[in-house]
Order: sequence, then C-alpha cells, then structure tokens
Amino acid sequence: MVTVRLATPLRKFSDGKPEIQASGKTIREIIENIDKAKPGFKERIIENGEIKQFINIFHNNEDVRFKKGLDTEVAEDDVISILPAVSGG
Amino acid sequence: MTVISLKCRNCGKRYPVEAISICEECFGPLEVEYDYEAIKEKLSKEKIEKRAPTLWRYRELLPVESDSSIVDLQAGFTPLHRADNLAEALGLKELYIKNDSVNPTFSFKDRVVSVAVSKAIEFGFDTVGCASTGNLANSVAAHAAKAKLNCYIFIPANLNLGKIIQTLAYDPNLISVEGNYDDVNRLCTEIAGYYNWGFVNINLRPFYSEGSKTLGYEVAEQLGWRAPERAIIPVASGSLLTKIYKGLKEFETLGLIDSADTRITAAQSEGCSPVTTAFRTGEPIKPVKPNTIEKSLAIGNPADGYYAVKVIKESGGTAGAASDPEIIEGIKLLAKTEGIFTETAGGVVIATLKKLVEAGEIDRDESVVAYITGNGLKTQDVLANYLTKPPVIKPDLDAFRELVEKKLEKEVVAW
Repeated sequence: MVTVRLATPLRKFSDGKPEIQASGKTIREIIENIDKAKPGFKERIIENGEIKQFINIFHNNEDVRFKKGLDTEVAEDDVISILPAVSGG
Repeated sequence: MTVISLKCRNCGKRYPVEAISICEECFGPLEVEYDYEAIKEKLSKEKIEKRAPTLWRYRELLPVESDSSIVDLQAGFTPLHRADNLAEALGLKELYIKNDSVNPTFSFKDRVVSVAVSKAIEFGFDTVGCASTGNLANSVAAHAAKAKLNCYIFIPANLNLGKIIQTLAYDPNLISVEGNYDDVNRLCTEIAGYYNWGFVNINLRPFYSEGSKTLGYEVAEQLGWRAPERAIIPVASGSLLTKIYKGLKEFETLGLIDSADTRITAAQSEGCSPVTTAFRTGEPIKPVKPNTIEKSLAIGNPADGYYAVKVIKESGGTAGAASDPEIIEGIKLLAKTEGIFTETAGGVVIATLKKLVEAGEIDRDESVVAYITGNGLKTQDVLANYLTKPPVIKPDLDAFRELVEKKLEKEVVAW
C-alpha cells in the first residue's frame, strides 16, 4: 500500500484524516482507486487528463512534474502528497 | 470594518474571514475582498498625509480589524530616491529607486509580516512560522519576538550566512532543511496541515500578501499621487509584483490617483526564471530547479507565477533575467552611482533594467521606478570574491604618497 497525504480541502474524502492508504501502480491509478471508494475525489484533482492548475502532487517528496506526471510509477510503501500549489513565497 | 470576505481569485467562491488560503472547490488562491465604497468615504490624500510614516498609514486597505492587534516595528514609508546618476549610466531620462532595504529587518518582508503576524494575533494563534529564502525568516523572527509568539522558521540549508545569523539573533526555532526552497515550502505546506500554527505564507497568505500593496501605494504617494510609468520588480513567487499592481489599481478605484497605467516589469535571475520564461514563450509556468547565486528569489515553482504573467501582459510590461556576473555588476553599479548597497535581488533588478533598456524593450524616455527590496549587508558572502581587496600600507605619509603616485592598482583578489 501507498500512503497518500491530503491537503485540508481534500480531507472530506478521508473522513477528516490527514493521510490514507491506497493501492495502484501509478499516481493516476491511485487517484482512480480512491475515487472508486470516494466518488468525486478524482475530479477535484484531474482535469482533461492532467493535474489541475492549482494542485501539486509529490512522489516521495519530489514534484511529479519533474518525473512522469500522473504516469509516475509508484512502489509499495511510497508516499504521495497532494497539496495546494499556491503556497509560500 | 472594511473587509467583506475572502474570495477565490480563480472561481469567485466567497468564504468568511478565517485562517484559510485555498478555495475548497478549485484550490485557487483566496484574496481579501474590501468594501471600496466604505473606504472611499473614510480615506483621503489629506488624511493619509497626516499619518505616521509607516505602512499602517494605509490602514483601511489592510485586513486587520483591531488596532490593538497590530505588531508594528515601524516598517514602510521607505525613501524614494531620484536616481539621476544611475539613470545617466543606464541611458534613462528619469529613474527612481524605491529603497525598501532600510526597513526594520532590512527587506520589504517587514510589510507582509507586520500584517500577517497582526492577523495571527487576531485569529488567536500562539505560534507563527514560515518557509523562507532568508528575508522572510529575518522578519518573522523579529515580529514574533516583539509579539511574544512562539516561532518556527524553515530555511534551505544553503542559505546566505548573514541571513542565518540575523535570524538566530531574534531567537526563534530555526530549522535548516536539506533541499532547496521548493522542498522547504512543500514540507511547510504539509506541516501546516498537521499543526494549528499561523504560517504567514501558507494559511495566513491571503492577509500576508496584502502587505505588499503598500509598496504600490507609497510610490504613488511619493511621486505626488500618480502611478509610475514603469515599475521593475524582483520576482520570486510573483506575489509582490501582483500586489504592487493591485495597490495601484485600488488607488485608482478610490480616486487617489487618476490612472494606474504602470507597465509592470519582472526581473529574475537566469538561474531561476520560470515567470520570465513563461512570459516570453507564452507557455504555462514550468517549474525549474534553481541554480544561481541569487537565493532570495530562488523559487523554482512560483505560487503566483500564473497571475504574475497575467499582470505583466495586462499592464503592457515585460520580463527579463540577469546572469550571475550581471547580478554582481548590478549590485556594484547601484552602490557606486547612488550610494545604495543592495542584496543580490537588487542586483537582479538593476542588471535586468540595464539589459531591457539596451534591448530597447524599455524606452529611454520612460519614467521608471526600480524596487530595491533587500539590503546588501545580508549577502556579503556572495559579493566578497568580486571586490578589490584594499591595499595595506604602513602608517607613514611616504608610504601613502608612494601608493597614490603609483595610482591605486585595482585587482580583484579572493578574500
């Protein structure tokens, strides 16, 4: 299983918990699997097959835009963070 | 009470005034919404001019409700210099330097932090924090000390020594993180989701960023209640640039200036220029891994990059970038022509201005305001290797005469 850390606005899909466990071989699969259990999750994050403008996704602390985006492969025990892009500065 | 609500800049959804920064629907940034009609009735040029010379002279346009919450180190109302020597060196008709390096902690960050920490007190937080490239660390630590708040500050491990030492003097909890600013910021965004703290540039960001508007107001007031023709602004997250523009537009809305038609121009380093690149290519912002001596602007994934590009385009401005050697030359040029010693971010502004004038992108007849946002004493480590080491002589008149007659030989030596 993979740990998925969620930004506060997404915690309505996790009963308020800051992180959940999920399965999948890529970031996209993980998001789709969470969406099956909690419908509406995917559309908050993905639009036209891409990560939405104001969201950043990190795989083991690395921005997935420096990797393969939603197709970034994920291994057992990895950590995904889904965070707001407008932060800091 | 001049604040109405928080409003999503992307989708327009409104929220009550709370310590939140992101729209629940679209993750867009929340912005403070004001009742401009009410402000118009309360505020006039005469009223502002009679007030103390700090950023709080624009009180009605800042999102803090109670005077007793205000944490004020007397930041703001910094000098606007007419810079004729530098103008001549650059071939410009009229140039002003907004010298914001003389704030209480020696950067413009005192403006945003004074607002954010005041708001943190209003919200009842006992702990404040930030992710910082250095200047913000200095300012948050200072304001937290004054307000007797707990303070957690996170910085990239490779920060300039001067900024680390200054921060430590205020005695916060300073945490140095292995990684660049974007790593630090990501970590703090996660921490802010776990601890109920007031992170000035995360959950307090809508209030924090409003402080930067005062750099627009002040320049307009100091120019005799008019907007500059062009402003050149250093860009890291892009927040400062968008808020200077917002400030000028607000003054126009309130009738305090006739029009806010300033061409907003961005300055970045070549080693970290996602906003300039997006403006020039027309592509969306692409995050980069910074590689530059300029650390205070080294945000590879700029939070307000999208909006910064939009403002530059809307205002008819442009964007440029300077290389590391050009940044050093920019620092030296400002110091030797105007007597103002700036940090690397100021070097970026002067060097980029020079390049844009030479390229004909800024007209030589324009009246330009260059924003210098940080003090040179903070980044001496960067400059040390590029300056002439002073000659050493015996305390003897003949020794000096011999030296002068030989003419001071200038040679750059590593210190």
